[in-house]
Amino acid sequence: MADESRIGAGRSTRSLGWAIVMFLVLPITIVVPVSLTDQRYLSLPQDGLSLRHYLHLIQSAEWLSSIGQSFVIALGSMVISVGAGTLCAIGCWRIGTRWSETIRVLMLVPIIVPTIVYALGLYRLWVKLDLLDSYFGVMLAHGVTGIPYVVIIVSTSLASFDPRLEQAARNLGASVPYTLRRVILPSILPGVISGSIFAFIHSWDELVLVLFIASRSIFTLPRRIWDGINEHLDPTMAAVATALVLVTALLLVLDMRARRLRAE
Amino acid sequence: MTATAAAGAPSGRRLVLMNERTAYWLMVAPAALLMAAFYFYPLAEVLWISVTEPKPGLDNYAQLFTSASIRRTIVTTLRICVLTTAITILLGYVVAYVLVHASPRAQRWLFLGVLVPLWISVLVRAFAWVTLLAREGLINTTLRDAGLIEQPLALIWNEFGIVIGMVHYMIPYAVLPLYANMRDIDPRTVSAARGLGGSRFYSFRRVFLPQSLPGIIGATVLVFIFSLGFFVTPAILGGGKTLMIAEYISLQILDLLRWGLGTMLASTMVLFIFVLLAALARVVDLKRLFGAG
Repeated sequence: MADESRIGAGRSTRSLGWAIVMFLVLPITIVVPVSLTDQRYLSLPQDGLSLRHYLHLIQSAEWLSSIGQSFVIALGSMVISVGAGTLCAIGCWRIGTRWSETIRVLMLVPIIVPTIVYALGLYRLWVKLDLLDSYFGVMLAHGVTGIPYVVIIVSTSLASFDPRLEQAARNLGASVPYTLRRVILPSILPGVISGSIFAFIHSWDELVLVLFIASRSIFTLPRRIWDGINEHLDPTMAAVATALVLVTALLLVLDMRARRLRAE
Repeated sequence: MTATAAAGAPSGRRLVLMNERTAYWLMVAPAALLMAAFYFYPLAEVLWISVTEPKPGLDNYAQLFTSASIRRTIVTTLRICVLTTAITILLGYVVAYVLVHASPRAQRWLFLGVLVPLWISVLVRAFAWVTLLAREGLINTTLRDAGLIEQPLALIWNEFGIVIGMVHYMIPYAVLPLYANMRDIDPRTVSAARGLGGSRFYSFRRVFLPQSLPGIIGATVLVFIFSLGFFVTPAILGGGKTLMIAEYISLQILDLLRWGLGTMLASTMVLFIFVLLAALARVVDLKRLFGAG
């Protein structure tokens, strides 16, 4: 302990560090009291707490349809990202040559290139393929852009998987698909779950692509929030934000479970 | 085991004979094809449009040097990005430093505080800032009710608001690479410097700081690049008054239908980012930086 105080952070540095972390967390929590306000405009509760904005939220056909659409799209795109991404990670891991290395590097491009740039090209391609403003169009776009994250997360899982287990299964006569299903997938399952959660959130939160490739029939939750912030700020938005924070917290807990599983 | 395998996988029996390598390439194929057709092809088309519309040639690129509004947007974007990156790295460094020296219990809480915002929707975070900073927002009304101000402070729809929102968004992206680097620094080196009579600050500056330089460079690159093309937070907190390049591009396309100009700016941004990365690839392990170690 004495040693730690000699080389560790001084008291003022430590306080500063904690203050910065508070700066990260506290502003977000403001949406909770605002969502419970009894006023009709964005404010802290004045004469008491009220659930009217939550009531308004669950009675609003617009908000509900957006939540539903976002959920369906996020599930669909999650299937695309996780299916393609997991297979790709395993394939690259087993091939392990310069080619598969190149593929893995190329997977980083969508993380580096700003979404707005891709959105322009995507719009043009979707015009040609007649996919604008359709469930499938948005799912495909979100699914494809989610693949790199799944590849990275599953690859991390594979790095700690003993390749000799797979070799043993193959030597004992198991086919590639059988080995995949019964030997590799079960041991990297926590990574796949983490990847799925990430892919789901990636789509659930995505705004920029949706602004370009969807307009009327597809109006996802981020799009609805975006319109709300730009046009009519009211406490219903705070209720939505609070609900989203709670859902995220829930997913985070699930992810931590998956990580703990992976660590064991 | 062989018997179980054979019994459990009748459909896979034929595939046993298949070349193993082919099987693994087939697994890579769906992702590779999806990415090629629906990511890289449209991305390439952006570059293509920038030199073909409205007419073939580099006319669009000439506007980089002639248009005053483009120059203004680029200067604004660079100024905000540099400022954001500098503040973010400074604050992120403090957090990473405290993290690496904290007790395991404190570490868990600090980590939670850094990671939770990362998971929360960027729109929710921007909305929270609007609630706090707007003209009739909580900060202004509180200060007014307390009698400290008469006119509301201009905290939003300007560069100040954008920088606050962006720093708030970027800090976790800075903390993670900084922390990863600091974790590998042997604390005994600092201990030795202290033992030899160096003050706390001197030992930090001469022993710890130089060793954390790779982390600083990596985090700086990451934050700067993410800031350059950032759309959501600057668009909301800038309120259409302060335009950064991503929002400028979307206006060109969605409102003005100026595809040549929009794709030119998009291509320029991507080229700039890749030149930057190529220059830094010598110093930083990029794959590790972006999470694919």
